Amino acid sequence: MHGRPRKAPKPEDAAALSAKAEKLRSLQSQFLANHHYRIYTKEALEISAKLLEINPESYTAWNYRKLAVEHFLSQSHSDLDSVKSIFDEELKVVENALRQNFKSYGAWHHRKWVLSKEYSSIDKELRLLERFQKADPRNFHAWNYRRFVAELLKRSDEDELKYTEDVIGANFSNYSAWHNRSILLSKLLRERREGYCPKEKALSEEYEHVHNALFTDPDDQSGWFYHLWLLDQTTKTDAPVLVSSWPPCGSNITLQGNKCLHGCGISLLSSELSDTRTLPIILYFNQAVEGISSSTVVVESELSITGDFVWKPLSTNNSKTAQCWVTYLNLRNMELHPLKTYPVEISLGHSQGIVSSSGCHYGHPSKIAFKLCVQTAYTEPAEGQAAKRTFWRDENFQKFEHCQESDSNLSVDELITENDLTPTTSNWCAEIIANEITVFRELLSLTDCKIGKLTLARLLTADDLISFPRAKSMVHAEEVLELYTDLVKLDPTHSIYYKDERSLTLLRQITSTRTSLVTYCRNFRDATESVAGYICLRLQNLSLSRMGSIENLLWVQMLDLSHNELRSIEGLEAMQLLSCLNLSQNKFGSFTALAPLRLIKSLKVLNISYNEIGSHSIDTRRYLCASPLCHAEEFPWDRFKILTGSVNVTDFWEAFLVFESLNLTQLDITGNTIADESFRSFLVKALPALKWLDGEELP
Amino acid sequence: MLIKNAWLWDGKPLCIEVKYLVPDEKLSGVLLFTCKMGELVSEKHVQYILSVEKRKDDFESVVMEHLRMNGAYWGLTTLDLLGKLDTVDVDEVVSWIMSCQHESGGFAGNVGHDPHILYTLSAVQVLALFDKLDVVDVDKVTSYIVNLQNEDGSFAGDMWGEVDTRFSYIAICCLSILHRLDKINVEKAVKYILSCKNMDGGFGCTPGGESHAGQIFCCVGALALTGSLDHVDKDLLGWWLCERQVKSGGLNGRPEKLPDVCYSWWVLSSLIMIDRVHWISKEKLIKYILECQDTEKGGISDRPDDAVDVFHTYFGVAGLSLLEYPGVKPIDPAYALPVEAVNRIFFGK
Repeated sequence: MHGRPRKAPKPEDAAALSAKAEKLRSLQSQFLANHHYRIYTKEALEISAKLLEINPESYTAWNYRKLAVEHFLSQSHSDLDSVKSIFDEELKVVENALRQNFKSYGAWHHRKWVLSKEYSSIDKELRLLERFQKADPRNFHAWNYRRFVAELLKRSDEDELKYTEDVIGANFSNYSAWHNRSILLSKLLRERREGYCPKEKALSEEYEHVHNALFTDPDDQSGWFYHLWLLDQTTKTDAPVLVSSWPPCGSNITLQGNKCLHGCGISLLSSELSDTRTLPIILYFNQAVEGISSSTVVVESELSITGDFVWKPLSTNNSKTAQCWVTYLNLRNMELHPLKTYPVEISLGHSQGIVSSSGCHYGHPSKIAFKLCVQTAYTEPAEGQAAKRTFWRDENFQKFEHCQESDSNLSVDELITENDLTPTTSNWCAEIIANEITVFRELLSLTDCKIGKLTLARLLTADDLISFPRAKSMVHAEEVLELYTDLVKLDPTHSIYYKDERSLTLLRQITSTRTSLVTYCRNFRDATESVAGYICLRLQNLSLSRMGSIENLLWVQMLDLSHNELRSIEGLEAMQLLSCLNLSQNKFGSFTALAPLRLIKSLKVLNISYNEIGSHSIDTRRYLCASPLCHAEEFPWDRFKILTGSVNVTDFWEAFLVFESLNLTQLDITGNTIADESFRSFLVKALPALKWLDGEELP
Repeated sequence: MLIKNAWLWDGKPLCIEVKYLVPDEKLSGVLLFTCKMGELVSEKHVQYILSVEKRKDDFESVVMEHLRMNGAYWGLTTLDLLGKLDTVDVDEVVSWIMSCQHESGGFAGNVGHDPHILYTLSAVQVLALFDKLDVVDVDKVTSYIVNLQNEDGSFAGDMWGEVDTRFSYIAICCLSILHRLDKINVEKAVKYILSCKNMDGGFGCTPGGESHAGQIFCCVGALALTGSLDHVDKDLLGWWLCERQVKSGGLNGRPEKLPDVCYSWWVLSSLIMIDRVHWISKEKLIKYILECQDTEKGGISDRPDDAVDVFHTYFGVAGLSLLEYPGVKPIDPAYALPVEAVNRIFFGK
């Protein structure tokens, strides 16, 4: 029982309790009989009132009273006064019940039901509420009821906002009041009411309010979330914006006929590309959007394109909206002249139709122009060519300094293009953030508090992000990293939250400039290959607990994320060129955590060895991917049965869902609890293209 | 020396995996030591639940009489998680459940009471536990729920029209178990839930209502079951939820409130569904739940040394299940049923 001590009651209390139980039991059975036989006499109603006074949660008794009221109203002889008195009686019963338990859903709803009949005065309601809200200022039933009554009374939002101010003034530690303030203020800002448009003045005043709370007691959470919300209100752009693309604007894409790598420009060596001759075009937005189609996105080129482009949202749960969209340029049927350059222009935002999930339209017309040329004539790959095994050995990776002379053709510059797509933010926003940074530095000079450090880290990050396109680097990154390192020590309970934030900051820092990114790029050259190899992005051994900054990594074909602390690869589906991926030695706990890979059709080589797949009884990713459990997808029973025969579906469905759509040629899975013999033989059946499993060549 | 991983070993000692980092050389090892953390007194909890079922005359039982269907779900799910469901007479339970069903198709909290969506879900869940869904007229239950959906996508709890996102979850969960989700307007149902989203990323009962961990479970659960979790701001909500863990290790349901074992379910299941459960300390929470046990008579309470009840016993055990405590069967965070039962429903062909 909530808040009642465990010790056994004293004998005299026990006796009293037992008598009380006896009385309640008798009321209950009398009431149920009356309800059953539809008896609505005065005595019968009295019994239900007594019952509700002792036990306001007895929901059937509230229903019974409503039936009784309706019964009375249906009697034609009732005059207005007696109707009113009936409803007044109901209000009284509710009041008595609420005195016993003001968290009773049934009682509050009964009151709303009475008032909705419009026979009763609503003038007393605010006074009644005041009594209850004084006794328990956090009671959410009372706050819900207050919003209901305010609407009936047609009280203005400004008046209600003033009320929250008074409540907070009396005691700032009232999260319910801050919450209600955010609701009211959102509405005033959204409707651009007088005094709330432009929003900067209103926001500045709100910052002042919340500073008072945070400076009075930085450990009290009441103002924390409100401050973060204000920051979001300050920095967010409602309209969706394109943040990056592949091919990037201004790039020269050189297509190779086969898997060789001569010539300048990007070396498209993903075998998927050379096999199927399709080139992905990726659009990456700042938020999820819908409505990308051949009518909202115009592609212009001299290529002989037949038919419309089909744009696909890259969504792991089959949603119609996604942050990242892709279409494929099919080069197979095109007559492309070697050494000729084909300019391609993609423009969007010129017509309506691209909409964010909050209903905002894409408002910033933008254009991406790149050039395409074919180096050598395309020849079909030789039949029966044995797939070579890719080794992730350190000696196969060379720094660019060492290989630049021999491979002057391998141009990283072409891959990593810094973009200027994001529009610049307004001055007032930068000013507010600069001011907040000063305020929180001051707070930290007074006391070494967690919310001070966390907020400062967030503000510095926001400052970097709004000035990023111009500043070209993350000037605060080092300080932010240090703040998160401090927080891990200061608040160990939430250490992984801070580690995750730290990882995101680190990745932003690494990917923000070409120079820093190049230091993580390696030239991959297998000893057995005679030609130059892939450019591999090696982000291994960085204590990354979370992946991010994917908008800057759309060009990556080979990615090494091994020896980190990753649990998921959310967002990785945007890397539509990815061919080799190393996730070895991380913390992946289930196959559903690999669901983004389902959308990367180019993936051939995957290393997920030494993770925790199969070691956990609770799967934290199962509702974040499309599956039969959330009705997003029919389970392919037929294919499962054909491929795997009598294997138990419940054991392997997650693995099947993820791998079934992939064309992996090489997979390393050793070092996971699940990877026993029966699972390996299941994999061999489920992945027909597989040539190498855990280093062994398959027959 | 870095602590790499920590977990419970065979239910008793706490095992900590350590990673020694020496330049150019890596050594990992496993260090075992017992700590004073209590253990789950499963057998006592089973006895407690069975005893509550027999006790019908004390004040608490009388006050709770109208929600016996919920009680049955809490108690029986706990027994199942502890591997003791076979101590129950299945036919007796099933026939009592069916005696609570009304003409309308909905179930009441007990014999003689009115039908309500709250008890309809519990009834369906208990039948699913026993693999007895075939005794129910699926179309009838479905039509009861379908008729409770409003034009704006929300759901009423019963014919009297109280609207709450709790009922949205219940409707969606219930129909999903019965493979009838296509009978309601899912798009509108999702839209209504999203209209209850707040500045902190959480959800309230109705638009404008304050975020509360129980309500967040309902809304996140409903979005999970309809494959719509992409509408949740997982980082924002995850931060709010992980800040529910207080110094004692327990979780509260709203900022600046006291911890309570029941939030081991509401907060934890929500964190799991959005994959942010690693943002809290699992070890501290396990310790807190175990401290709330009545190790003599069985049962778990809201806070240490408070009186125990079936509700908190269920939420404590279910919480331990989500924390992968040894000896407790895994529970599904969205359906609130053992994973076994959920697998049977969706992969039992």
